[in-house]
Amino acid sequence: MSAAISHLELRQISYVYDAGGRAVPALQDITFGVGASEFVCVVGRSGCGKTTLLNILAGFLGPTRGEVRIGGKAVTGKGLDRGIVFQDFAQLFPWRTAQRNVEFGLEMKGVPRAERVETARGFLRLVGLEAFAAAYPHELSGGMQQRAAIARALAYNPSVLLMDEPFAALDALTRDEMQRFLVDVWRETRKTVVYVTHNVAEAVYLADRIVVLTPHPGTVRAEVKVPLPRPRDPLSVEFVEAQRRVLDFLR
Amino acid sequence: MSRGSARSLLGALASVVVAAAVWEVFARSGVFSTALTPSLAAIVPALGRMLADGTLLLHTLYTLYRILLGLALAAVIGIPIGMLMGRFGWAERFVLPLVSVLSPIPSLAWVPIFILWFGLGDAASIALVLYAATFPFILNTWTGVRSVNRIWIRAAEAMGAERGRLFRKIVLPGALPFVIAGARQAFARSWIAVVGGEMIAATNWGLGWVIFDSKEYLNADVMLATLLVIGLLGLGFERLVFQLMERRTVGRWGMVRTART
Repeated sequence: MSAAISHLELRQISYVYDAGGRAVPALQDITFGVGASEFVCVVGRSGCGKTTLLNILAGFLGPTRGEVRIGGKAVTGKGLDRGIVFQDFAQLFPWRTAQRNVEFGLEMKGVPRAERVETARGFLRLVGLEAFAAAYPHELSGGMQQRAAIARALAYNPSVLLMDEPFAALDALTRDEMQRFLVDVWRETRKTVVYVTHNVAEAVYLADRIVVLTPHPGTVRAEVKVPLPRPRDPLSVEFVEAQRRVLDFLR
Repeated sequence: MSRGSARSLLGALASVVVAAAVWEVFARSGVFSTALTPSLAAIVPALGRMLADGTLLLHTLYTLYRILLGLALAAVIGIPIGMLMGRFGWAERFVLPLVSVLSPIPSLAWVPIFILWFGLGDAASIALVLYAATFPFILNTWTGVRSVNRIWIRAAEAMGAERGRLFRKIVLPGALPFVIAGARQAFARSWIAVVGGEMIAATNWGLGWVIFDSKEYLNADVMLATLLVIGLLGLGFERLVFQLMERRTVGRWGMVRTART
């Protein structure tokens, strides 16, 4: 996809952090675009700077050089045009029910109460948690908590969804189920997704395109398109072949 | 009644029976004269007399009035100060040295000077409770604000919460387990302060005053009956106020494991 029609653009992003007076480059000249409604996975080993990159996209960190553009406009800082899902189950607010967690962004946006309740209920339905609207986070399983977190990040209608290894702490069976579920939700909502993971099979299952990062400093090693039709079969020859192509860049 | 609460009631009953038995053995052992260590056969009737003539109720009400007013004032002062300290470096740097110096001074050490300032009566006792209870509120709230999970802050900021709203909707509830712990500590310290204060600074009313006054007439049975009342009031507050408060909030939210009762 050419940069001209990308919804989300990263332009020559570099990030240098200070380690006790020593400048350590974490990211260098990261440039790629993500089209509207495209699902892009950023894959790399631990320490390749992929979480730093996501934090820059989210606006938690400012890049040392370069810029992030959404819809053609440069963004600085945090904003309701991006929804974020973290790996940590604890991201939900324990003192709020699932319903009230999902309402949070709408509340911040100033959406009237009745509309807020209605919208949040709709997103809980989307993630299959309607029956658990009144449950507190600690009463939900890990997978359900991550579903609620996804609903919360979608409810205030951001155009971009940023996900930082949201399923990494789940057991393998739940993770598979959540990946299928995420593809369904993405098809339903047509969000632009940037999904960070170190799991190549997960990236091949989810992504339209995979950006491979190599560490020290983090740079884009390759961009790999995954042209397989969905739903994808992880046991198919084509799937395994796509995994191998990505792995080759990581070795 | 569920099996769990039946069991905990049984446990409480057993510990009361054992404690009473130990006391009886001690009281009748002859270590002290029975006038000084009255048996339960004397303590319970003394309690009955005080209940019947209404004086116990009045003494209790006076003490509760002093302790609750002092505690409420301490919460109103201490919680906001702790919040400010947790949030702003300047507040921490300004308040912490003061707290570090004042907090270890026993509240009772202030009694003489408070009597000079406020005279005998309610004001001195209330001021004493206020002094004793403010620091636990400040220190626990301060700790609570600092230990709010960073990821809640991040998630909330990503959704547009900033400053005031971030504080109200995330930091405040996030710090609540510590604030409740602070309230418990403050309450315990308040009892020490109010009973001690009443012994010296009160006139005619208050549980502490009863204990001190009874000494003049060697009424050990009244003294011990009053001590028993203080203990029961403490138990009542723990069960009815603090545990309930905890179970309805941070327990319900899975932020702390609540006591099984």
